[in-house]
Amino acid sequence: MFALTAITLLTVMSFALARAFMGPTLYDRILAVNNIGTKTVLLLAVIDFIAGRPDFLDIAIVYALINFISIIGVLRFFEYSGNKAAGEEN
Amino acid sequence: MDILLDIISWFFLVMGSFFCLTGGVGLLRFPDFFTRVHSASLTDTLGAGLILVGLMLQAEWGIVTAKLIMILIFSLLAGTTASHAMAKAALNSGLEPYENDKKESSSGEKT
Amino acid sequence: MRDLLAVVMLSGIYSLLSASLFLDLDAVDVAFTEAAVGAGISTLLMLASLKLVGRFENKSRYKPGLALGVVLVTGALLIYGTLDMPYFGMADAPAHLHVAPRYINDSMAEIGIPNIVTSVLASYRGYDTLGETLVVFTAGIGVMSLLLVSRQTKEESYKKVPADMQQQIILRVVAKMMLPLILLFALYVQFHGDYGPGGGFQAGVIFAAGIILYTMLFGLGNSQRLFKRKTMELVTAAGVLLYAGVGVVCMLLGGNFLDYNVLRHDPVHGQHLGILLVELGVGITVASVMIVIFFKFTWRTVKHKYKE
Repeated sequence: MFALTAITLLTVMSFALARAFMGPTLYDRILAVNNIGTKTVLLLAVIDFIAGRPDFLDIAIVYALINFISIIGVLRFFEYSGNKAAGEEN
Repeated sequence: MDILLDIISWFFLVMGSFFCLTGGVGLLRFPDFFTRVHSASLTDTLGAGLILVGLMLQAEWGIVTAKLIMILIFSLLAGTTASHAMAKAALNSGLEPYENDKKESSSGEKT
Repeated sequence: MRDLLAVVMLSGIYSLLSASLFLDLDAVDVAFTEAAVGAGISTLLMLASLKLVGRFENKSRYKPGLALGVVLVTGALLIYGTLDMPYFGMADAPAHLHVAPRYINDSMAEIGIPNIVTSVLASYRGYDTLGETLVVFTAGIGVMSLLLVSRQTKEESYKKVPADMQQQIILRVVAKMMLPLILLFALYVQFHGDYGPGGGFQAGVIFAAGIILYTMLFGLGNSQRLFKRKTMELVTAAGVLLYAGVGVVCMLLGGNFLDYNVLRHDPVHGQHLGILLVELGVGITVASVMIVIFFKFTWRTVKHKYKE
């Protein structure tokens, strides 16, 4: 039961990774990285139940926080430094 | 009673992973950035909610449930706000949405 | 690859992968710290410095062949030096025969907290952790002395928030709602380090990450009203002073330096009190140094918006 969920989450993460490589604009790549981060949080929660140790939930909370702050940081960086490079191919 | 809880949480987990999977497929196949943001964030939020509720039913009533509730609240707040911020930043920097009827030789379906 | 932003994002992903590797090796505390520091604070600080430096790297003007040769020779010598060490995970290595069993067997009896990592970090190897805290403190002093904030800003200019940040209403509201939870979680991680993964370093980093989120969305002026320069300098020093002070108090009470057994009537309670105070000192220092470094980096990019 948990194994099925974990395999599905890993599949979705590989889709998002493919999008991170393929995406024509920069914002596609930022979206893909954010998505990988969210799926990582879910995967950590599921693995916690598979392994039976309740310690991993703290790491899941921390990683959700770090993911959010990093995405906001990258977006603020683009807003400050100029917009011309955003739509081009990276 | 245990069997009933197991069946209900199994149902939640399967529905949650189905929604996450459709969001991932949408991330690959949609034609434009804004549509991809739409698919990824909507299904992501719902799928995360369902998976976490399914996990909550599996744990005993204690600190594990409290931490899962915290992850759920945080994920709901942060995920939606991050996708809003991305879409707003993309729009402000001039990214154009995909218009199907402007193109002469469009190979997709006509709307 | 000339695009430094892509390099920063890739190094963030690399930190995340190494954190998951540590998780796989069953080292939860290390994975916690690696995820928080490597994927979080490092990426944010490097982004803040990229704003100053510019996004693309200039063409290098020297041939890197000599540097590559020196690196290869040094690496080969180091690998040759490790050939004599026992193999990774071999059961009869000295580290596994003498040191680790003593810690694992005696930690509960001597110190009495379930998390052996914290007991080794703060008590058995407390002197090393004092060194690490001093390294963080020295980094903070170095940044503070190299990048001075201009002394001429008056109080009125702090109240103006730059206009581009006033449009982000949704982000500001959500961040305001989340900030107390983030700081509370940092305090939870700090004091729960005895029983689960956590401790001073991780808690300091999470605290600094919350304050950095606030600064990014509300402007540097608002943050600096709360964390004034003089206060941060004092707080940074106070963390290290707390740690070393505990050691000196132990000496004054008759034991060795950082020997917590003499702090209370009972050695186990003494160890608990010593570990609590020491981790608090580490957490205070790490949080304030990260905040100061971020403030110094961002001040240089936004100061043109405040001088009107």
